[in-house]
Amino acid sequence: MSATKTTYETPHYQDHLMEHHHEENFITKYIFSTDHKMIGKQFLITGMIMGIIGVMMSLLFRLELAYPEQSFPILEFFLGKWAPDGVMDPNIYLALVTIHGTIMVFFVLTAGLSGTFSNLLIPLQIGARDMASGFMNALSYWFFFLSSVIMVASLFVQSGPAAAGWTVYPPLSALPQAMPGSGAGMTLWLISMTFFIVSSLLGSLNYIVTVLNMRTKGMSMTRLPLTIWAFFVTAVLGTLSFPVLLSAALLLMFDRMFGTSFYLSDIFIGGEVLSYSGGSPVLFQHLFWFLGHPEVYIILLPALGISSEIIATNSRKPIFGYRAMVGSILAIAFLSFIVWGHHMFVTGMNPFLGSVFTFTTLLIAIPSAVKAFNYITTLWKGNIQYTPAMLFSIGLVSTFVTGGLTGVILGDSALDINVHDTYFVVAHFHIVMGLSAIFGMFAGVYHWFPKMYGRMMNKSLGYTHFWLTFITAYGVFFPMHFLGMAGLPRRYYSNTAFPMFDNLADINVLITYFAIIGGIAQLIFIFNFFYSMYRGPKAVQKPWRGNSLEWTTPVEHLHGNWPGSVPEVHRWAYDYSKPGAEEDFVPQNVPLAEGEESGH
Amino acid sequence: MTTVSIIVLVILAILTIAQVMRISETSSAIQKGKDNTVSEKDNDTQGTLMLLVGFGFIISVVVMYFAWGKHLLPEPASEHGKEFDGLMNLSMLIINIVFFVVQPILFYFAYKYRGKKGQKAVYYEHNNKLELFWTMVPALALAVLIIWGLNVWSTVMMPVNEEEPIVVEVYAQQFNWTARYGGADNKLGHATVYEIEGANILGVDTEDAASADDIVTKELHLPVGKPVLFQFRSQDVIHSAYFPHFRAQMNCVPGAITNFQFTPSLTTAEIRQNKQVKNHVEEVNAIRAAKGEDVWDFNYVLLCNKICGAAHYNMQMDIIVETEDEYNAWLKEQKTVAETL
Repeated sequence: MSATKTTYETPHYQDHLMEHHHEENFITKYIFSTDHKMIGKQFLITGMIMGIIGVMMSLLFRLELAYPEQSFPILEFFLGKWAPDGVMDPNIYLALVTIHGTIMVFFVLTAGLSGTFSNLLIPLQIGARDMASGFMNALSYWFFFLSSVIMVASLFVQSGPAAAGWTVYPPLSALPQAMPGSGAGMTLWLISMTFFIVSSLLGSLNYIVTVLNMRTKGMSMTRLPLTIWAFFVTAVLGTLSFPVLLSAALLLMFDRMFGTSFYLSDIFIGGEVLSYSGGSPVLFQHLFWFLGHPEVYIILLPALGISSEIIATNSRKPIFGYRAMVGSILAIAFLSFIVWGHHMFVTGMNPFLGSVFTFTTLLIAIPSAVKAFNYITTLWKGNIQYTPAMLFSIGLVSTFVTGGLTGVILGDSALDINVHDTYFVVAHFHIVMGLSAIFGMFAGVYHWFPKMYGRMMNKSLGYTHFWLTFITAYGVFFPMHFLGMAGLPRRYYSNTAFPMFDNLADINVLITYFAIIGGIAQLIFIFNFFYSMYRGPKAVQKPWRGNSLEWTTPVEHLHGNWPGSVPEVHRWAYDYSKPGAEEDFVPQNVPLAEGEESGH
Repeated sequence: MTTVSIIVLVILAILTIAQVMRISETSSAIQKGKDNTVSEKDNDTQGTLMLLVGFGFIISVVVMYFAWGKHLLPEPASEHGKEFDGLMNLSMLIINIVFFVVQPILFYFAYKYRGKKGQKAVYYEHNNKLELFWTMVPALALAVLIIWGLNVWSTVMMPVNEEEPIVVEVYAQQFNWTARYGGADNKLGHATVYEIEGANILGVDTEDAASADDIVTKELHLPVGKPVLFQFRSQDVIHSAYFPHFRAQMNCVPGAITNFQFTPSLTTAEIRQNKQVKNHVEEVNAIRAAKGEDVWDFNYVLLCNKICGAAHYNMQMDIIVETEDEYNAWLKEQKTVAETL
């Protein structure tokens, strides 16, 4: 591919842009900023606040699962009338599970992860002054902010927040008679998600346009760091799939508010037959999972991109099999659109469809395996520098393998019959998607903190944070495989109704202990983050001796990123420990030495 | 009180960390060069921890298999269950091999190639043969799993019947199950939510001739060795009929009728003699005795496995698998729809 063809005009155009970046006051700098770096930080802080809420919720319901129907003053403190005498009400248990899922999946691991790092890194790593549209970018954040506020506000409505599970399957989510959470709480959930989708679309379009059009001279697609590839493909996935969720949500609103029957038919509840007929609840599931499955990769791919970059940098080696890594991102992205039915094997859909979805689903294991092996080969004969970011990235490879493997069982329609919706599923997706993505997010924060705040995070606290998180995370989720294979369904308020599960109580207590320790360990991170923001040692320009372009910008932030002209790119981002080079890294903007060959 | 003390503890913890930070900051200012860049000692410590914790994790997985293996479901009580378990065992074998090969390699490499002064990494960009190799190996393993999996799937979902299966309706509502048998004609009478009234909780259309001999029960009795075709209905929200011991599950969707067929292969009396089940019952009863709860004996059970509302966690129905004679005797005792409505 010719490197210069598509990008020859860019640097000039961008220098012109630079002239427009004039003095800013407090409001334009910190609140309604159009600077991608500031917007990235806004996404991160909002995501962290939502993350704290989401994790605290999980601790509350873990407490209930370990000691079902027992009284805890702390429950009454947080839940008030929903925990009379400190005993959690089953409805609020379901609400906590629902909002925990919604917040973690969308607000933390979609907006918090992708929003933060796509914004921060896309312009910096491709050599652009800013996003294609700074205004749209700011708008994307503020829609996200609005949606977060509405979601949090829904916790305080009289009848409680949405409680039908984060997948909000109708009719449960459509009928206020079915559960209190399907009243005003559900309405707010749908409104919040609508704004969220708008935010996501504005962001994604911007990322796509920026990556395609605003690369600096020499930055061909095959020289892009893998982070950018991951963010780019993620944005494409989001653009194609989120609108489908929007339509699903709108139709659900119609059913709830205007008496249409898209998803409802033949319902007898609360002593009367409702006037719905001809709709299908399964239609909602098709629409939901058409987003829902790509969503898994919207969460995971940015984390994989981040860890690729960090593992290469800190192994002081090129990422192994760059083209295979890009190829597997593309393959995973493509396949993710034709596998949604594996969430629906037991909905009664045509068994033939089940066969097709089994086939496509298990295919995903191939590009995933390629990625895992390539990570491990990148470590081989490296010179590994153990920054906290590197620890989290290796942790990610471990959880990606562990969690990915159980996908082989769940993706197989025949086997799914008996483990569907059990704790086996909870273990699987928390490990492969939740842990991997959150490890990627932590890795990203530790790695690019100097770029965000011009200071370094404390490494000892980082180490402590990683080890406690890594151990407790496996401690929480690995035992859940056994619960699932014992036949324990998920979303049970308590296992006490079935004596056959009585001997699983100890495992549940153990899991809760790990969860509480793991939750407390996150305070170390939060403290480290805010403390280092103000008191951390000042960062140098290239703290990790990295190759990609973000490390060529000055430590102090500049609206427009580079004081002079935008650097020109002469090589790929992975010339680490290249034979013949003086140092063990050669930044992308260094011209090829005489006689030096560049494969990229 | 507990709440206040927890909050105080958290604040104290944060203050402690803050103080430790201050001290380390001051001491690092004194010993110059000790900043936040990674030293060789860090690489050594963290690399060693990778090895220790990594292998610790792998060993604890083995320990979990031994300690909690007994919790897994006992032998399947349905005919297709054997095929299910065979496929499950093969898949488990494959993923465990991968797990116990890949994880140790990862943690070992993390230790072995920890950074050292003067060491230079090897510039190793790609190797097409190697990459092709680890594309093909998973592809082959998956091909086996896909082909066998689809085979099992079609046997389970599209069974070929030599004899006519017994038709049983499993009816779901918040938060209980009801069963309806086809009766003498083995045919379920038409039913719809529009007919629900008073005692007719399933909405059986009494004018349909096929419904007169239908039998409505609150317990699911099944004859061993006979294929049973379940038809699922729900009147309010989606439920899922989960028969873990039979390796069977199907959603109950309002506005539609879904199906699942299986043949029970072990009676309740037989499975109670299973060694694993016996141990399970013993263990559970020891726990229940300690809590002062009544003695439990093993029963097959139908659970709800799709979130359906507040009492989702307690939506159950006992299943009794018995010999054909016992089953027929039980069925005779039950009243038909014509008698009750």
